Amino acid sequence: MSETRDRAKGPKTRQTELPGIPPYETEPAPELPPLETPAPGEYDGATEATQKEPVAGPPASLWSDAWAELRTNWIFLISAAIILLFTVMAIAPQLFTSANPRECFLSNSLVRPSAEHWFGFDLQGCDYYARTVYGARVSMSIGVTVTLFAAILAVVMGSLSGYYGGWVDAIIARLTDIWFAIPTILGGIVILSLLGTRGFFQVAFVLIILGWPTMLRLYRSSVISVKEQDYIEAARALGASDFRILGKHILPNAIAPVVIYAAITTGVIISAEAALSFLGVGLQLPAISWGLMISGAQVRILQAPHLLLFPGIFLSLAVFGFILMGDALRDALDPKSR
Amino acid sequence: MGRYLLRRVFQFIPVFIGATFLIFALVFMIPGDPIRALSGDKPLPQSVQDTLRQQYNLDEPLWKQYVLYLGGVVQGDFGEDFRGREVTEIMRDRLPVTAKLALYAFVFEMIIGVAAGIMAGLKKGGFMDNLVRISTLAVISIPIFVLGFIAQLVIGVRFGWLPVSGLREGFMSFILPAIVLGSVSLAYIARLTRTSLAENMRSDYVRTATSKGLSRRRVVGVHALRNSLIPVITFLGVDLGALMGGAIITEAIFNIPGIGNAVYQATLRQEGTVVVGIVTFLVLVFMISNLLVDALYAVLDPRIRYE
Repeated sequence: MSETRDRAKGPKTRQTELPGIPPYETEPAPELPPLETPAPGEYDGATEATQKEPVAGPPASLWSDAWAELRTNWIFLISAAIILLFTVMAIAPQLFTSANPRECFLSNSLVRPSAEHWFGFDLQGCDYYARTVYGARVSMSIGVTVTLFAAILAVVMGSLSGYYGGWVDAIIARLTDIWFAIPTILGGIVILSLLGTRGFFQVAFVLIILGWPTMLRLYRSSVISVKEQDYIEAARALGASDFRILGKHILPNAIAPVVIYAAITTGVIISAEAALSFLGVGLQLPAISWGLMISGAQVRILQAPHLLLFPGIFLSLAVFGFILMGDALRDALDPKSR
Repeated sequence: MGRYLLRRVFQFIPVFIGATFLIFALVFMIPGDPIRALSGDKPLPQSVQDTLRQQYNLDEPLWKQYVLYLGGVVQGDFGEDFRGREVTEIMRDRLPVTAKLALYAFVFEMIIGVAAGIMAGLKKGGFMDNLVRISTLAVISIPIFVLGFIAQLVIGVRFGWLPVSGLREGFMSFILPAIVLGSVSLAYIARLTRTSLAENMRSDYVRTATSKGLSRRRVVGVHALRNSLIPVITFLGVDLGALMGGAIITEAIFNIPGIGNAVYQATLRQEGTVVVGIVTFLVLVFMISNLLVDALYAVLDPRIRYE
């Protein structure tokens, strides 16, 4: 009773979950069953009322509710604008620059920024603005690819683990324990440093295998809390197959924490790719990547700070967009925050 | 308590074996022949190749290689580099420097992070709260190497306040790298403290304390804060992993001869054995410290023991 009043008082409660930080650390805290409200409001003891009188008009699902809230949330709008900007930049860099990033004239080497060439030139005399713009492609595609595959893996494995429990769960849990013992950057360095050629595929692969366990744990605990709900029982009583229950009933109600985390992860992965490329174990020249550009800039940091600054700003802004998006999504999708 | 710890230790062993095997297997599943790779264009004579293979157990099946390797690790043998220098020796030289750096980063992030978290958490939705929220997001977003270079350029070179490279000036040399290294964790700690303090401030025992007539200072400082810091402490275990990854980058930027720099140099020189050796060691440190944090957590929060 008093608890509900308290919650109502603080409508801005946020669940601060940490990007890149395994949420199992906060497991003992009361955050585990975060999203057991498939249709908000219906399980807060108001079940009776809703049973007698079904909601009129379009059903207000968690998602449509969240969307309504997000549309007016300026944090969400800003993050969406940033992500949109970089997405367009990744797909069609020609819209932003007419210069060719691979057309370089040594006579322009290290020329400082000017009115015609905003970002100046790099050591090889390539137009730095064009290179920075073209660098968006690698970062965005790595971020999205890795997150997408990690999420798919996490949902499949997390469904098995959370829904069936028992020995399947035990095996998967031990596997993720093992994975958690290896910090991402360290693991990435070990594996990548031993690969002769490192392209998009290799870097993405390594980041996927190091990144999926966190999402798996999130989805698993979410599935566990959802599968106890009455509507799952009802679906089972109606004879729905496990596959149907997992896909049609559990997935939409359990995926929200993964969605929130995925937004943050995309930013973290972009940052990790840049860090690995910076350390010389990520992508290799002649690839155009912000991490590589910053890596190349480090030896001339005094002579040509613009080489560091511009890719650094673009990189940070892209990461910021995704992390901000995660924050906004958490506000909207976490029923506790209502 | 004893049983809880015992269980944690028993869980630790298979995870340790699994994690080292994972690193081992991933590294050795990679196509290519390390012995061939040693020699470049002109292959080594077959007899030399065979001897080397035998010396490094490369003629054995993977599982046996791993068992031999793990046997070495348990006895403190993490392999050696191509010049015959033991990895343990490298670590003995380098570890104190990194430990110092990590310690300063720890102190910095704890003090500032907890303070920011308290200010934000006490008045949710207030100015400080929004400031902390946005600034922590910004700090998390700026990759550590970008932050490091900017700090170096602005504070070190432009203003000349602090040394930017090497360790010649003792403690002063550590300040800038420690701040850069601790910055991301600082943001996490601030957010964690904020959330958990805000939650505890609404709890029954805080209301009781307030209605007893205790001063606000005492209610916040003694009652609410003490419980709010428990999740922060558990975060420190995870944080160590982040600090290790960060130390590699920070030490490379600030040219600090720590263990991260050793990993970085070995990576550049493609000395696989050194990289694997050091990382295995770091993973071990990471796991043991997480075990300690778990134990600490059980001491601080008795509910954990009865799961």
